[in-house]
Amino acid sequence: MRFAFKTSYDHDLGLFRDPVQRRWYAALLAAVLLLPWAVPDYLSDVSLVFIYGLCGLSLMVLAGFTGLVSLGHAAFLGIGAYAHVFFLQDLGLPWVVSVALAAALTAAAGVLVGLPALRMTGVYLTIATLAFALIIQEVFSRWERVTHGLKGRPVDKPVIFGVSLASDASFYFLCLALLIGGLWLTANVLRAPTGRAWVAIRDSEIAAQSMGVHLARYKTLAFAYSAALMGAAGALFAHRIGFLAPDIFSVLLSIQFLLMVVVGGLGSLHGAIYGAVFVAMLPVLIAQMRDTTPQWAGHVVGLLGRDAGAAAYLAVDRFVKQPGLEPGIFGLILVLFILFEPLGIYGRWRKIQLLFSTFPLYKRATFRRQKTYMRSERLR
Amino acid sequence: MGCIYGLVALGFVLIYKATELVNFAQGDLLMLGAFVCYMFVVWYGVGYWVAFALAIAIVGGFGAVLDATVLRRVIGQPQFAVVMLTIGLGAMFRSFASLTWGSEIYTLPTPFSARTTRLGGVTVSHEYVAIIVGTVVLCALLYAFFTYSRVGVAMQAASQNQLAAYYMGIPVKRMFSLIWAISAGVAAIAGVLLAPVSLIDINLGFIGLKAFAAAVLGGFGSIPGALVGGVTIGLIELFSGTYLPQGVKDVAAYIVLLLVLAVRPQGMFGTVGRKKV
Repeated sequence: MRFAFKTSYDHDLGLFRDPVQRRWYAALLAAVLLLPWAVPDYLSDVSLVFIYGLCGLSLMVLAGFTGLVSLGHAAFLGIGAYAHVFFLQDLGLPWVVSVALAAALTAAAGVLVGLPALRMTGVYLTIATLAFALIIQEVFSRWERVTHGLKGRPVDKPVIFGVSLASDASFYFLCLALLIGGLWLTANVLRAPTGRAWVAIRDSEIAAQSMGVHLARYKTLAFAYSAALMGAAGALFAHRIGFLAPDIFSVLLSIQFLLMVVVGGLGSLHGAIYGAVFVAMLPVLIAQMRDTTPQWAGHVVGLLGRDAGAAAYLAVDRFVKQPGLEPGIFGLILVLFILFEPLGIYGRWRKIQLLFSTFPLYKRATFRRQKTYMRSERLR
Repeated sequence: MGCIYGLVALGFVLIYKATELVNFAQGDLLMLGAFVCYMFVVWYGVGYWVAFALAIAIVGGFGAVLDATVLRRVIGQPQFAVVMLTIGLGAMFRSFASLTWGSEIYTLPTPFSARTTRLGGVTVSHEYVAIIVGTVVLCALLYAFFTYSRVGVAMQAASQNQLAAYYMGIPVKRMFSLIWAISAGVAAIAGVLLAPVSLIDINLGFIGLKAFAAAVLGGFGSIPGALVGGVTIGLIELFSGTYLPQGVKDVAAYIVLLLVLAVRPQGMFGTVGRKKV
């Protein structure tokens, strides 16, 4: 087991716990920078992971650190995407300005949702954000002058300071840069007084209020910050998918974002990234399973006889090719994670780490939940 | 239409009242109810009323099993976990329905179909009469159940403080399973009543979102409130479809929901209190 001996206050303030950790992160950075030469074919998939990472980061700040669960983040993503495309292609603003404006506009929308949200707690807020998302989706399909309605709207490749970033590799670096920027900013905000206030609000609103945290201000701030990140992610998302239509930004996408933070592990920045990798890779994985599972089932059952094998192949093939299976799998994963690993992938990783570092002495009870019964939350 | 919102909202309210969980899968339970009834009537040729009863029993039993196996585990965890859980369950139900019954759109034949009554100069279709009568009767029954019966009062006690209720000898776990069964049964009733008016497909469950508006408007946790909220939302939708520009109708319920939450979060019949430390 390794102990961190702190000999000066700088150790407490640093972003990284110790030099070992810093070296690991440097290695990770180097690996990510070299990735375009290692897997040139999958770069656009990896860019999507980075964009999702930014989205996960945004929701993590709100849900994981401030405890405000939003089911409307797809709407923020949509606002960011449409605003960016509008500023860029209709008004002809430069790329950087356009992204900044889109993020600012989305932040304003976040404040707008956040303001009434201040009076609500828990599940009411979730319902309100859901309602907001549904309204915004309707606006997307009706406001034809900006969004081109249900016809959809094509998006150009990004051009920054006259440099075209049309290739997969250059877009990859753009996403990477924004993701690292977002991570760095968020990590710093979270260890500043603002972030500590957010965490205090999450753990107990009453306690936070008693300690002098201005609830309204910090909740609105969390909404604005989260929405701004989402707006920037939306701008990248618009370039990545190349074609905007209102039904992309549906409730299903919001649920995917929530899946991301829950699967990754609530309350950790690592979790946002793990979740993004998971959610972005899952459809690819399901598509592969679709092709391989029937064969596999055919082989296994085929041991009993050739006809049985062929029948099993056809049956499984028909089953997995049906539409509507994918959301079910998403739902199943969500349920399993909530039931069996509420801390997400990051929590599992921590447990494994602890198991090895304290090897014979690992106690399962370290992570056990304390509260096992419920008292009314109605009397708030 | 408003009564259907009211019925679905009733399902939300029941579960919220008893367990303080909000069931995002309520709309999908409604969809399951409609599909089960359809299956019995059309595929197996069972009579409408028998199929109705079977649908209520099956979906209600399913609700109880769901509580006993899945939802009981998350009690005591943050509300948010339950929200996520029920969203996941809802997605699974939809997927299950599309795998079992396909993604086509069905119509349910009923004894009320295409029959009308003239009532003081207004022609009313029997399907709508069935919805209204069913809602009112059900609502009255549930209200009486919660106010006067021993089990109903026990449920309220279990909802207010599980530990205290447990000390008083109330079987809290069984109460919760029962309430889930009732709530799922109500959803099934709503589904079966709605089926002839609307059509049955896997997206029937999205009506649950509008029912949220009804539940919030009436004040979460109030049974008459759910009904009044549902009717109000139905009327607002109707009038906004007639008098306001196109497109407003679809989102009117959500706009009302946001306004209510911003101005009066406890709804029309809700109660507020402040937690003591």
